[in-house]
Amino acid sequence: MTTATTTSVSLDVRDVHLAFGPNRVLRGVDLSVPRGATACVIGPSGSGKSTLLRTINRLIEPDRGDVLLDGRSVLGDDPDALRQRVGMVFQQFNLFPHMSVLRNVTLALRRLRKLGADEAETVARAQLELVGLAGKANSRPAQPSGGQQQRVAIARALALRPEVMLFDEATSALDPELVKGVLGVMADLSAAGMTMVVVTHEMGFARQVADTVAFMDRGVVLEAGPPEAIFERAEHQRLRRFLDQVL
Amino acid sequence: MDPLSTLWETFFDADAMREALPEMLTVGLPNTLILAVSAALLGSVLGLLLAVAGISRSRWLRWPARVYTDVFRGLPAAATILLIGVGLAPLGMQVWGPDPYPLGILALSLIAAAYIGEIFRSGIQSVEAAQLEGSRALGFSWADSMRLVIIPQGIRRVLPAWVNQLIALIKDSSLVYFLGLVASQRELFRIGQDYAATTGNESALLLAGLCYLALTVPLTHVVNWIDRRLRNGRPATVSTEEDDDDIPSYAATEGDRR
Repeated sequence: MTTATTTSVSLDVRDVHLAFGPNRVLRGVDLSVPRGATACVIGPSGSGKSTLLRTINRLIEPDRGDVLLDGRSVLGDDPDALRQRVGMVFQQFNLFPHMSVLRNVTLALRRLRKLGADEAETVARAQLELVGLAGKANSRPAQPSGGQQQRVAIARALALRPEVMLFDEATSALDPELVKGVLGVMADLSAAGMTMVVVTHEMGFARQVADTVAFMDRGVVLEAGPPEAIFERAEHQRLRRFLDQVL
Repeated sequence: MDPLSTLWETFFDADAMREALPEMLTVGLPNTLILAVSAALLGSVLGLLLAVAGISRSRWLRWPARVYTDVFRGLPAAATILLIGVGLAPLGMQVWGPDPYPLGILALSLIAAAYIGEIFRSGIQSVEAAQLEGSRALGFSWADSMRLVIIPQGIRRVLPAWVNQLIALIKDSSLVYFLGLVASQRELFRIGQDYAATTGNESALLLAGLCYLALTVPLTHVVNWIDRRLRNGRPATVSTEEDDDDIPSYAATEGDRR
């Protein structure tokens, strides 16, 4: 298989700035994620967390700053090719409702990776099995529960063998009882050595799984460090206040 | 003869209907279907182009699409058919000869495109932006995302309106009689009208009307059926798998992948 040798890479975000008109959403964001590490990004809504993720895979082009994979800037690369290296999972899953679960996963394999129908299906079924959904391959995406849909979305992103995975509040739209299953898949992926940036409100997940926790506020990473430092010995008043509110 | 009987004779003369029926079914019906279906196909292709141009970021695509739609939706169908059919006849003469049929189809298609374009555009624009983002995040280009993800969903949502347009086309196809068709090209209305004109009896025209209804009424039910299905989703497929709580460890099998 042509895609089986991919491994994760390091990710560096350097001084990224972005403004929508007069609204300066990102004001010099720095974030370093070593190869195989997981960074959880926490912070109040409107702090720029989701926008940051979108500048990493260039769904939104930053005004200034740099994004590096494996030490090399990706801002000059073809954005479509870059996005095949950087998988992304969204809060609302963004599955394609007019296709079966299986076809959601095979579409990019066939059209972008140019795999044959059989090979794409083999890869997709294996990926669905890894997230515990082998039996749902022929369902429509709206039929599985929200938690299953999100696991399909994760399988769809992983099928392309990304080198980095971005999670944008992947469990925020789920009913509480479904959150655990999705977080479990994410924790396993982290343990397996995927480089991940996880925007989340799940502080328990951040504490247990993250190598680095970055607190974003008003468009900058105000404080970053290992989970115990962030959760037990926060330096900034704003971070302490945020943690008081969410914990 | 009393007035009621005269009325009955005028509209429901069984002999007159029987006389017109064979030609109605063998000539009129096929021609009406050819006109309507060809115009629906060509109009849908043009309409899709108009829809995509209409939501383009380039004003050089957006504006012509807007103007086209305003003009062809704003003109009476009869005027457009005459303008195209008569106006382009010299050109048609050079390309395919004196046959007005292709120009009739073209005129109907151009009118239909304006309506279908608006139908498709509203459908495409109703697809959530998140779908485009999901597709782009996988590495699909804008064009591929539109083609594979956005347009198929958008068109599905407006299928009922599209079928309504097909119904309108079946009815509007009667207007090409303006263009002076030869006997074998006459559609339902023209055949009914010819019989009515020669016999002074409207029964054949009423028969033509019944033929239109036989085409359009079932289609309105198709619209309702599609509408219901789109609202309620397709019938659920039976799933026997019970894998909801069975989440195998990703890490456990990871070694095989690398």
